[in-house]
Amino acid sequence: MTEEPRRLPTPVIVVHQVTKTYGMGDTEVHALAGVSLAIQRGDFVAIMGASGSGKSTLMNILGCLDLPSTGRYLLDGVDVQGLDETQLAEVRNRKIGFIFQSFNLIPRTSAIANVELPMVYAGVKKAERRERALLAMESVGLAKRLNHTPAELSGGQQQRVAVARAIATNPAMILADEPTGNLDSAASADVLDLFEALNAEGRTVVLITHENEVADRAKRVIRLRDGRILEDVRNQPLAPTAITA
Amino acid sequence: MSLDNLRIALQGLLANRLRSALTMLGILIGVGAVIVLVAVGNGSSIAVQSQIQGLGTNVLTVQTGGFGGFGGGGAGGGGRRNGTTSRSVTLTKADVTGLGNTTLVPDVKEVAPTVNASVTGTYDGTTYQPSQFVGTTANYAQIRNYEVASGSFFTDEDQAQHRKVVVLGTTVVSQLFGQGVNPIDRVVKFGSARFRVIGVFKPRGTNGVQDQDDIAMAPLAAVQDSLTGNSGTFQSITLEATSSKTTDAAQAEVLAVLGSNHKLSSAQASTTFRVLNQASLLQTSNASNRVFTVLLGAVAAISLLVGGIGVMNIMLVTVTERTREIGIRKAVGAKKGDILGQFLVEAVLLSLLGGVTGVVGGLIGSQFKIVGITPVVAPYSVGLAFGVAVLVGLFFGIYPANRAASMRPIDALRYE
Repeated sequence: MTEEPRRLPTPVIVVHQVTKTYGMGDTEVHALAGVSLAIQRGDFVAIMGASGSGKSTLMNILGCLDLPSTGRYLLDGVDVQGLDETQLAEVRNRKIGFIFQSFNLIPRTSAIANVELPMVYAGVKKAERRERALLAMESVGLAKRLNHTPAELSGGQQQRVAVARAIATNPAMILADEPTGNLDSAASADVLDLFEALNAEGRTVVLITHENEVADRAKRVIRLRDGRILEDVRNQPLAPTAITA
Repeated sequence: MSLDNLRIALQGLLANRLRSALTMLGILIGVGAVIVLVAVGNGSSIAVQSQIQGLGTNVLTVQTGGFGGFGGGGAGGGGRRNGTTSRSVTLTKADVTGLGNTTLVPDVKEVAPTVNASVTGTYDGTTYQPSQFVGTTANYAQIRNYEVASGSFFTDEDQAQHRKVVVLGTTVVSQLFGQGVNPIDRVVKFGSARFRVIGVFKPRGTNGVQDQDDIAMAPLAAVQDSLTGNSGTFQSITLEATSSKTTDAAQAEVLAVLGSNHKLSSAQASTTFRVLNQASLLQTSNASNRVFTVLLGAVAAISLLVGGIGVMNIMLVTVTERTREIGIRKAVGAKKGDILGQFLVEAVLLSLLGGVTGVVGGLIGSQFKIVGITPVVAPYSVGLAFGVAVLVGLFFGIYPANRAASMRPIDALRYE
């Protein structure tokens, strides 16, 4: 552990000695071989590593899409170990805003409906849902593309819709997996600007990438190799007044 | 959430309009076929029933079970038939009198003895042989529900006076007189006797076996005088029970009287005399029609089942195609139940819409005559077919929906 978790405020993410093993016996693969880290509220963290370094596994665990083999993971103070499928779905719904490399919008469904989707599963009433989705679409600059389907939007626009979907539920953390991997440099810059702006508003952003230019925009860079943390560098100070999400 | 589920499912169906429509077509045909085919079975059953009821449900016909004694003058053959149990017996005047005795036969209202003659009628050089020439009493027309369209039926007085009058069916009229001739009061020669036409029956159509309008009826006395000979025996006796509910009791009483008249045991009586009971004929035909209807319905139900398998097939394809979408939904917080609900609603919606259109199609299809049968829609078949269609959607939707709901989001997201 390179950074001591502070007493106050509670870190958004506490990962303690997490391992993840796939397969059995001879074919056993240690994707994560004991990772510990803490991420504070309002931080902007880039997790880097070559393919096979375990960064996707870490991303799945941080996103509550998968559970660690051993070790503990606390998300926003909730111990994820021992939660059942339904509870994990609720955690994903309330605490995490996902952004994927391939955008992962629901096809043939309008942008606004895609943004509303997490709130549908959260049981938010239709009127409130629409209002919050509109705000999110405005904040990513797509207020005029509400009824366009993903196929009618450019890659950069699709990713901005995905960002709007991620922030609409007001999650504890935005988790982005190679968000610029499928975008040209101009669109990449737009999306990264958006992340910076969101972080400036006090949102916690964790992004996984293998590009140095992307990682350079983060306040803190964690490098993984062979399932372990290789280095953990802070480039910019964590804002002293982190706004609680 | 249920309304959202419905909206999401509708979007899913609309995304693949042609596929959804074809899947629905499977259910539509199944439901429509059940309704139409059951209606056909039902319609034919009702048609047969009304034909039998037209004959009178409380009518009994007594005939001798033996083969001899027909055509008049066959009495007293005395030969033994069917071993020792059945002598050749004929129906006599004593039988008619006995059956008219209301203390012995309280459930019988009317008794009409009949004789049949095979004679050719001649009018103005035209000859025609009616398939039935019946000599009977004046109450026969009423027992058998024969109605007279023009002129009148013969009376008890005609009978008493041995008047040679005849009432004709429309087939006989058109064969003998052709078109545009009023046959009333014209004289037709039957055999060597001249009968005056006093009435024409209303057309009755066919009863499925024979043309009921190919008939001539004359007073029993006149027929015996001039055509069959006055032997005092009858081919059959037609009886009317007091109501359609008492036909079975009447049948027993009739057999008892005939048995005692001819000194037969009750077992011998029931083999010697054949009592045709329209009510039991109706029951038999009802039973066979029910089998017919059930068979038709079963064939249609199979097509409904095949439609259900179509729903399952298409839902499995849909689930596989939308694996990634399922992954996305789960990543953003859809629970197992949400996904299960979404796909189950989609499957049920398919079969529900197919069911509704099938009901409409079935009802429209039942308006047309099918192989000569006017279908009569059975309300139960509509409810049943529709209900089964929805259940089929539910049943065949469960497996694909469960498969979707059980996907791990991490695998589903990675699916290409």
